[in-house]
Amino acid sequence: MVQASSVEIRGVNKFYGPFQALKDIDMSIAPGKVTCLIGPSGSGKSTLLRCINFLEEYDSGEVRIDGQLIGYEAPGRKMSARKLRAMRRSIGMVFQQFNLWPHMTAIQNVTEGLVRVRGMKKPEAEARAAEALNKVGLGDKMGNHPSRLSGGQQQRVAIARAIAMEPRLMLFDEPTSALDPELVGEVLTVMKTLAAEGMTMVVVTHEMGFAAHVADQVAFMEKGELVGMDIPDRILHQPEDPRIQGFLRSYHERNSF
Amino acid sequence: MEWQILEQYGPMLLRGFGLTIMCWLLGTVFSMALGLLIALAQRHGPTPLRWLLQAYIEVIRGTPFLVQLFVLYYGGPLVGLRLDAVPAGLLGLTIYGSPYFAEIFRSGFRAVPIGQIEAARAIGMPEHVIIRRVLLPVALVSALPALVNFSIILTKETVILSIITVPELMYQVQRMSTETFRYLEANLVLALFFWLLVETISRFGRKLETRITHYLIERP
Repeated sequence: MVQASSVEIRGVNKFYGPFQALKDIDMSIAPGKVTCLIGPSGSGKSTLLRCINFLEEYDSGEVRIDGQLIGYEAPGRKMSARKLRAMRRSIGMVFQQFNLWPHMTAIQNVTEGLVRVRGMKKPEAEARAAEALNKVGLGDKMGNHPSRLSGGQQQRVAIARAIAMEPRLMLFDEPTSALDPELVGEVLTVMKTLAAEGMTMVVVTHEMGFAAHVADQVAFMEKGELVGMDIPDRILHQPEDPRIQGFLRSYHERNSF
Repeated sequence: MEWQILEQYGPMLLRGFGLTIMCWLLGTVFSMALGLLIALAQRHGPTPLRWLLQAYIEVIRGTPFLVQLFVLYYGGPLVGLRLDAVPAGLLGLTIYGSPYFAEIFRSGFRAVPIGQIEAARAIGMPEHVIIRRVLLPVALVSALPALVNFSIILTKETVILSIITVPELMYQVQRMSTETFRYLEANLVLALFFWLLVETISRFGRKLETRITHYLIERP
């Protein structure tokens, strides 16, 4: 079992000029729980996710990881870069576009953070990286550059890169949206394993199956608002809000034949 | 044509060519380094510094190298900057080339997908490590052809150093021309030497390109 973090989001607002991307968001995520963020594109779910590790700077409100405010020392006063980096070390992130470093092999992508951020010696880092790559089923692809890996393999390397750092919280930003349909499964399988190990996970996704079966809670967002958050069944099967009903109806129309 | 004249002037021309190569090599290395520093300062530096550097880029790019060199060599002593011809020439090349290299690096930086930088930030990597380990190596791949191209352009700018009496190839060619009136022969030698130099650089550049981009080539 991993040591897992909690996330508390209170009254978070985010503006891009006059456009309000997040409207007064409140959300609690207990340690070891999986939360899926769903909703139409442009609803602010990725923005919210990125506020959790402060890649996106929220303008007001609070995001706390294990009770510690991220990004700010106090409201309106930014945290030092050093402190922010220290907090980010225990938050793993996986991106839609994988974002592997193209000039490094799979194993170099994983060791990089261990050596440069955690200060590990190279042999130790390589052993840890090999372990992480084995865990995502890529023990035989360690020497490959990203250009020689399929999308699904690249995304699994990206997950290995994140888990090798021993995070207590994992953020997934549409991890399967850039994949060919037949490669989605291998990535979701790895994510399910992580969830089963008790990792706190926040997942922006369009995979309703994953949300239904793996998530502890599902949050539906639209136009920067958190419309509803509950156990998967209540959001996905008996939604009361017409906005959620509409979203799911069009989802089912697209995915049935 | 009277090529036997080369028996007399050959060694002098070769010495000139040697100096041309040295001036080009050092001038390229220095201006590339300065250009990189400018591009990094423009990316990470405070706003006033960025404005200052932008003004520097505009002024240097907007004026002829000939004029810059004159100002440096003949105007420099007025403000206490007294340099011999070769150092002045090298400094001139460095100043002249740096804004072009800075722009090449800037476009290289822009070609690095922001996600790759964010992936590094997300694991808590400090900015200076990100620059060294992610930004520069990834940017170099897209910037390399333009870097080689401008280095080739710089070879031919070295001939202008002759006007401040740097005894490089052009200087020697002019001397030979005025002493013997063999303008055509002298300038053909100049052309041949430059063609050799440029051909060597571009071959080297292509080799470097394949080496640096080997990992991008998809093999089944």
